[in-house]
Amino acid sequence: MSQAEIVPIGTRGRPGRGTQQPSTPSSAARSLAPGASPAKAATPQPTEPTKPAPGKPTKPAPAKATKAAAGTPTEPAPGKPTKPARGRPTKPAAVPHEAPPAQPAQALAEALEIDLPPAVVELLGLAGDAAYALWGPDADAVVAEGLAFVRRRLTGGYEIDEFGLDRDLTESVILPLLRPLYEKWFRIEVIGAEHLPVDGGALVVANHSGTIAVDAVMTGFAVHKETPNHRILRMLGADFVFSLPFVSELSRKTGSTLACAEDGHRLLSSGELVGVWPEGFKGIGKPYSERYRLQRFGRGGYVSSAITAQVPIIPTAIVGAEEIYPIIGNLPTVARLLGAPYFPVTPLFPWLGPLGLVPLPSKWLIEFGTPIATDHLGASVAEDPMAVFNLGDQVRETIQSTLYQLLQRRRNVFF
Amino acid sequence: MGRVVLVTGVGRYLGARAAQLLSADPEVDRVIAVDLVPSPFPLGGAEFVRADIRSPVIAKILSRDDIDTVVHMNVLATPTAVGGRAPQKEINVIGTMQLLAACQRAPALRSLVVKSSSTVYGASPKDAALFTEDMAPRRAPRSGYGKDSVEVEGYVRGFARRRPDVAVTTLRFVNFIGPRVRTPFTEYFTLPVVPTVLGFDARLQFVHEDDGLEAVRLASVNDRPGIYNIAGDGVLTLSQATRRAAAVPAPVPSLGAGAVGALLRRARLADFSPEQVRLLTYGRAVDTTRAREQLGFRPVYTTEQAFEAFLAARRPQVAPAHAWAAAMERALVGTITRGRVDVAG
Repeated sequence: MSQAEIVPIGTRGRPGRGTQQPSTPSSAARSLAPGASPAKAATPQPTEPTKPAPGKPTKPAPAKATKAAAGTPTEPAPGKPTKPARGRPTKPAAVPHEAPPAQPAQALAEALEIDLPPAVVELLGLAGDAAYALWGPDADAVVAEGLAFVRRRLTGGYEIDEFGLDRDLTESVILPLLRPLYEKWFRIEVIGAEHLPVDGGALVVANHSGTIAVDAVMTGFAVHKETPNHRILRMLGADFVFSLPFVSELSRKTGSTLACAEDGHRLLSSGELVGVWPEGFKGIGKPYSERYRLQRFGRGGYVSSAITAQVPIIPTAIVGAEEIYPIIGNLPTVARLLGAPYFPVTPLFPWLGPLGLVPLPSKWLIEFGTPIATDHLGASVAEDPMAVFNLGDQVRETIQSTLYQLLQRRRNVFF
Repeated sequence: MGRVVLVTGVGRYLGARAAQLLSADPEVDRVIAVDLVPSPFPLGGAEFVRADIRSPVIAKILSRDDIDTVVHMNVLATPTAVGGRAPQKEINVIGTMQLLAACQRAPALRSLVVKSSSTVYGASPKDAALFTEDMAPRRAPRSGYGKDSVEVEGYVRGFARRRPDVAVTTLRFVNFIGPRVRTPFTEYFTLPVVPTVLGFDARLQFVHEDDGLEAVRLASVNDRPGIYNIAGDGVLTLSQATRRAAAVPAPVPSLGAGAVGALLRRARLADFSPEQVRLLTYGRAVDTTRAREQLGFRPVYTTEQAFEAFLAARRPQVAPAHAWAAAMERALVGTITRGRVDVAG
């Protein structure tokens, strides 16, 4: 399935029907008023005011995007069939592949196999015109790319990698959904983004906190945002993550995989940017009173992986995640019943039910530290436990001291 | 002097194709094709001998024809063809035991190729994304074809130890797919409504029937002892596969998935063992590096292409549905942008 190739044609900056041949009005236009000129005939009186006049692109259309414009109150109720997601095809489309775009309204009616109310067709066009008037050809590109995305998702025409990363979905849907959380809610400030390599493997090692792995998700967003080529941080998660419905599916699709030596090595040696949170559940599920005190860094498997793959370790400190769901208690019996590693009690959860899941809007700082090179060590050092422990301690000390520095820098938990 | 090859399980599609392919190979002089029933598939230049691998007759054939290569394809993935789980296990496990017993007494034998399966790796949330041949499953399969494959491989290992002069090659195939082969998965994807596990999207891997058979040929004519994973490149997720198949997914909560699987089995719509449900929950993929480097395996079809080849032959409704989606996209873009943007098909 090829992506939509966008070929802008027609006159630049002239909204409206300037590009359409006056001799070939749409079927909708023809059926509405056979005698009139197409541009006038296809525009019934009630919708006339929303049509942007040529040459007056500053007309304040209430739309934020073309889709939103289509949903303005002037749209009649039967606007539903215009969504390509609805319904299943029952017959082969009559439109050949090389159909010229001269009469798109007719093509649309044929594809849907119903008689579209002309007003719907006209409204779609008007919405497009409004967006075009406001944003120029970019708006058309957004429309084309958006619809191509919908088509790809419906027909399975996208690619995933061996670990299950669905880049199409991650970059088009999941990361945009996280953006408000990242920019507005936590107001995340990133320090040391230049330490993230543009290409080649590296191991991001960070502290873990916050009851659920919001810190990992936000670090992934930060990496995607701050790297010029928008790299995906391949996170390594506990097996518990991959046994949970929905969480497992989302984790794999956004590039996570199981934290095990095999997957870590495979990702690092193929030049991926890998993220680990070696404290695991001990870090993420620790009580609020122990905030910013690093727990044991697992068994140091991540160090061996980095040494074997000869990639640098980037010690990363995350400040702010400790305060989003402060754990003031734990219900081990409930946790055992649910098969979870812990069952947190926070000031809001479980007392407020789903409302308790809203994270507190703490101010976050993420610092990517100076990379610690491992390529001079030689792969045999991975077999030397003492060397591995020493390097692991160095990484842990670096993160701990960076945490203290960042905490001093932050004036207040929430600002 | 070329090889004299014995192929078992030629009553089934893959076995028959293997016999046909080997009989056309210049390295091979003769192919003796055995099964309990005459093969409904063409065998090419292979000589069919009606024999049960669970009887001493097989030992006689081995010594009479001085067979030097045995290709054991008679390991069944599905119980539906033989009328139940009990006969399936009988054929897979006891059949392999008896065949190997006969092989041990065959002095001319120098090569043994066994069809196994990636089901030996099981499927669990604790498994690495890609299995290599050396990795042990975190949770071994406990029933069905997976358990059979584990047991078959156990007997094959025992045989390799007792006859070190024989080159033993075990091929662990992922699910076969293609225009003609019929497996639990091909039946599954031809269902109008495809039951899936709610909240999980398994990674699946397929091997095209032609590629899989080429691997059998490579292993039979070159002595490359060892265990090899055989799969097409890349993976598809279950949701992606159902969308490509233009099928309607019906997500079932994982607690009820086993029951739905059992129901489908009883209705003979598709074969859904508990192991199959685990595969559809957690997914599984294998690393084929060793097969590429040591066996010279070069799959022509990726997982995706193999699946498309299957769809083209078995799902006539896919092409119009996808053409409709493309036409819809073009028409909508054309309507909204009034032809300023053209979408190239």
